[in-house]
Amino acid sequence: MPSEVDAVQLRGIGKRFPGVVANHDVDVTIRPGTVHALIGENGAGKSTLMKILYGVQRPDDGTITIEGKQVVLKSPTEAIEAGVGMVFQHFMLADNLTVLENMVLGAEKLHGIGDGARTEIRRISERFGFDLDPDVLVEKLGVAARQRLEIAKVLYRGARIIILDEPTAVLVPQEVDALFENLRELKAAGNSVLFISHKLDEVLAIADDITVMRRGTTVGTADPATATKHELAELMVGSELPSPETEESTVTDTVQLSLSDVTLTDEFGRNLLTDLSLTIRRGEVLGIAGVEGNGQAELVETIMGMRIPTSGRIMLGDQDVTHWHTRQLREAGIGYIPEDRHRHGLLLDAPLWENRILGHQTRPPSSKGMWINRKGARKDTERIVADYDVRAPGIDTPSRALSGGNQQKLIVGREMSGDPVLLIASHPTRGVDVGAQAAIWDHIKRARRNGLAVLLVSADLDELIGLSDTIQVILRGRFVGTFDPSSVTPQDLGTAMTGGAA
Amino acid sequence: MSAATAQRSTIVERLTKSWLYIGLIGIGVVSFVRIITDTDDLTGAGTIRAAIIATCPILAAALGGLWAERAGVVNIGLEGQMILGTWGAAFFTYHYGPWVGILGAALLGLVGGLLHAIATVTFGVDHIVSGVAINLIGAGAATYLAEAVFPEYEGGGPRQLNGLEAPAQVTIPGVSDLANTISDQHWFFVSDVASVIQALTTNISTLSLLIFALVIISALVLWRTSFGLRLRSCGENPQAAETLGVNVYLYKYVAVLISGALAGIGGGFLALVASSGFSTGQTGGRGYIGLAAMIFGNWRPGGLLAGALTFGYTDSLRLRDTQSVHSLLLLVAIGLLMFAAWRACRKQVKGALVVAAAGALVMAWFLLTDSVPREFTVMTPYVTTMFVLALGSQRLRMPAADGKSYRRGSAG
Amino acid sequence: MNGRLKSVGLALLAPAIAIVLSILVTTLVIAAVGSSPGEFWSTMFEVPKPRLRVDIVNQTAMIYIAAVAAAIGFRMGLFNIGLEGQYTIASFSAATFAGAAYLGGFANVAASLVVAMVVGAAWAGIAGVLRATRGVSEVISTIMLNAIAVTLVGYFLNNYGVKEGNSVHTKNLPSGTTLGGWSPFEDRDGDIWALAIVAVLVGVGFWALLNKTRFGFDLRASGQSESAALASGINPKRMIVISMMLSGAVAGLIWMPALFGGARNYGTSFQVGLGFLGIAVALLGRNRPIGMLFGALLFAFLSVKSNDLTFGTDVSPSIVQITQGVAVLAVVVTYEVVRRWRTRLEQRAVSRELTATTGATA
Repeated sequence: MPSEVDAVQLRGIGKRFPGVVANHDVDVTIRPGTVHALIGENGAGKSTLMKILYGVQRPDDGTITIEGKQVVLKSPTEAIEAGVGMVFQHFMLADNLTVLENMVLGAEKLHGIGDGARTEIRRISERFGFDLDPDVLVEKLGVAARQRLEIAKVLYRGARIIILDEPTAVLVPQEVDALFENLRELKAAGNSVLFISHKLDEVLAIADDITVMRRGTTVGTADPATATKHELAELMVGSELPSPETEESTVTDTVQLSLSDVTLTDEFGRNLLTDLSLTIRRGEVLGIAGVEGNGQAELVETIMGMRIPTSGRIMLGDQDVTHWHTRQLREAGIGYIPEDRHRHGLLLDAPLWENRILGHQTRPPSSKGMWINRKGARKDTERIVADYDVRAPGIDTPSRALSGGNQQKLIVGREMSGDPVLLIASHPTRGVDVGAQAAIWDHIKRARRNGLAVLLVSADLDELIGLSDTIQVILRGRFVGTFDPSSVTPQDLGTAMTGGAA
Repeated sequence: MSAATAQRSTIVERLTKSWLYIGLIGIGVVSFVRIITDTDDLTGAGTIRAAIIATCPILAAALGGLWAERAGVVNIGLEGQMILGTWGAAFFTYHYGPWVGILGAALLGLVGGLLHAIATVTFGVDHIVSGVAINLIGAGAATYLAEAVFPEYEGGGPRQLNGLEAPAQVTIPGVSDLANTISDQHWFFVSDVASVIQALTTNISTLSLLIFALVIISALVLWRTSFGLRLRSCGENPQAAETLGVNVYLYKYVAVLISGALAGIGGGFLALVASSGFSTGQTGGRGYIGLAAMIFGNWRPGGLLAGALTFGYTDSLRLRDTQSVHSLLLLVAIGLLMFAAWRACRKQVKGALVVAAAGALVMAWFLLTDSVPREFTVMTPYVTTMFVLALGSQRLRMPAADGKSYRRGSAG
Repeated sequence: MNGRLKSVGLALLAPAIAIVLSILVTTLVIAAVGSSPGEFWSTMFEVPKPRLRVDIVNQTAMIYIAAVAAAIGFRMGLFNIGLEGQYTIASFSAATFAGAAYLGGFANVAASLVVAMVVGAAWAGIAGVLRATRGVSEVISTIMLNAIAVTLVGYFLNNYGVKEGNSVHTKNLPSGTTLGGWSPFEDRDGDIWALAIVAVLVGVGFWALLNKTRFGFDLRASGQSESAALASGINPKRMIVISMMLSGAVAGLIWMPALFGGARNYGTSFQVGLGFLGIAVALLGRNRPIGMLFGALLFAFLSVKSNDLTFGTDVSPSIVQITQGVAVLAVVVTYEVVRRWRTRLEQRAVSRELTATTGATA
């Protein structure tokens, strides 16, 4: 071997959790001084792999070689010692501590916890243009600054290999550009970066090498200089590349949901949603596109009555439901597939049939008057399990034990029951396997043909284009563009989503 | 660089200054009330002495709470650990003298803390549930052990052990006398300060001094050392701490053990200094008041000291004549009205009105009556805590991951 | 069928381990102070005398009511540590009301029970409202309310109670409104109090409420996942206040069997500590109606039977407090361990099922 020793070699990595094989036969090689992109769909096993490389979890099989030395990483401390640092997708910061405290935590021996550390932080901050003040509380920092702090934390520990897990998910385009600038600086200083993403444009823009993961294993590598987005996408999802096909329009003239000038203000008087107006007709799917955190969650929660708009009006059919509570809205026939099924969609420790009741407590077949109808609920759960192909040992199994796809199919089945007039679907296929994804798309399409009105929020632009009749783009709580899915490209949407000319 | 250092020192200065001002204003108001109502007992050296004795066990428990909660473990088992401490102090003092006795109190409290740590940290049991169980065990164990062991001791019985040697007391001769002279003049402000100095320099228990010192030591260790930083990070974001190589379980264990030991020392104080010996049920809920003082103090050492002093002071007045308790009403009324004015200045109109109304009520109570039932002073710490929680819950800042169960490997 | 048997076995495993552990610890403690554990256990396990048997039933009833009160909060994810204060102030109010004899005969009893429930509910409601509107932790506020309740009752009793020698109590019940009981043995062995039946009603009511009604479902859902409950249309604030008040109302009933059975007034005969015992039993019985029944019986047995220790052994009766405390701590720990183990088993079962049906690896 020449003087260039690979920064990281992962060979045959495997990791099993009870009931799931998260990683198997994973091979990745990172050349020194490069940005190496690891791409794959949600649930492809990227995060597990990263946690293994950072010592948070231990692999069941395989070897890790860092800068030519085979290592066993039992904890993050050992990974840090080996020169590996990680920036998690969900920032690992304590809000109530200062920048300095967050920075030196766990690495107090390097520069102390006082002025020595302060000087070092300023040095790193100036060197890479991070603009960090050591004595500010982290809660006062914005998202981009927090991310810079996370990267600085890694550098402070002398890491030469830096893992970034989906770093752009929370950033606006300018911030992404700034981040890439930072990454180039890091590269120039001789560091290696492992960049995890499923955003192909970004990957092609920054990466020197690309490794693709699918279903827990590495399925190939690509050269960003020659690879196209389509090739990468096919590698990511396998040969089938399922994509929802648009069907002929079933849009009717009956307006099912209309929002007029809905504004939502938070406790500090900032607008989360500003003057949103939309209409959804029966048989219509309205897609909402946007970079995460631009008001999608607030919009859904406002329609669902979990937040009450500060001003504006919401009509369901010809009823004013602006001030209705969630239960009334559900009783009026709104089905709700929440974004985070573990937090909002399921009682994880309750059996499937009780989860069938959740959100439908007041309606048959779940209840009769004041009473829970156990028999009815169980029977209907059997129906959902059969019709929606929920793979489970039985309806007495706690929902926690199901895989993500099966949990989601159960939720879809539940929310489609009782003839809803409107379905609010928030990221309905996030984190589910390809099979479940196709099934869920089919269910939404069938319901649409039967006259259901659907509000579809998704980060998956292909999904939006394939399912929607109209797409609205949301940016910082405002609608910034309306598109016709039959003519729009993901690139157009991307531009609008990031505030480019619509 | 120098600019930032300068900025930092001004923050420190500002904080110290504001505490100083609040302290000075406080003494001024108390002095004013003392003169108006002609109750010299309000700040008599005797009262202050009693207040210090009443404060110490609450303070020790509050510190115990601080250690545990800063590491993210809610410890309502403080009461049980304190009870264990009373027994430990009695047993070890009887055999080996007061200082070993205090160590014994700490040891027994630590055992209670260990139980809590095993349940909450290792097994992830709900912190409140474990705390309740530990209070049951602590009370049961102290009662049983007392009945089993103490009757055979000299001065002992199934429910008490008297005649224990107390830790030494110290007096600083010159200062003490001078302060005494000034205090007797009953001058505005000066005499009140002198009373405090007199109480602090005359026959003060070394254990009291130790407990006050522990406040400063805790503050320094928790906020000025890397050990403290790591410990606090476990209470703010244990996942983050783990990803940075902090052994979260270890720090939580250490924090809860120290917490138990501090509560135990508080119990020891009750048995050795606050009364003439051990008796069953001696803590009387002081572990809970300690917890309240810590919340009152917003999970900060200075704040909990203020809380413990407030509760200790009212507690001590209860033991003295009812006249001074009645004067306390005026003090509370003035305090509330001042607080209302401060809120009004900050444009918190609604809050200001509520507080002002409360102040007016208390004022009316003061003007229309001549005495206050003893029971109402007993209630003071509890009612105060409820008010602080109800009015200030938005301003209170507990550690972000306080009371949450944490499992290793859950990061990311 | 096999699966069902297995799950019952798993459910019993935790309490079994806990009981073994508490027996072990108790034995060790007794041996450590130089007494004889053998003597202790043989005394404890003797068949209780008739008088004690009656006592055990009466104590079981009161502890069970307290346990149900605690369980209502627990199932909702609320820690009503304030049972002690709620039943103290409720018992005092009911005793005062009953003693005033506004009504005669059974009407007085019924009205007093209502007073007890209303006062208990109101006192618990303070904590509920503070939690719902101001976000104040109910743990802290109920601890504070406990102390306030006890002091407040002390104040009223001292100032308005009937003084008798060194003690004070509320006015005695009018003669027509004490309830007899059922005497299964000789008269001198005492009565099983008539209002012990309240425990049965409360238990059945709790079971039905939780498993059969929509409200019960909402309550359990809120306890399992506040966020999922909110998304399903449950109003969390309303649930907090209602379940807190419900818990307080049941707590108000805790001491009523004794008041109308033998005590006749609120005074020195008032039994403190039932609230905390109730919390312990709720934890021991996993908030399940049947589980708590066994727990209450066990605790009542230990408490009552320990009186025998004063004769014949040199072990003091307070040893059972250690047994009880250790049992609670051990049971919550073993439940947690069993729960984790069970989750793993279930996930394995599901993955087996999947491989069997699809033949895939994952």
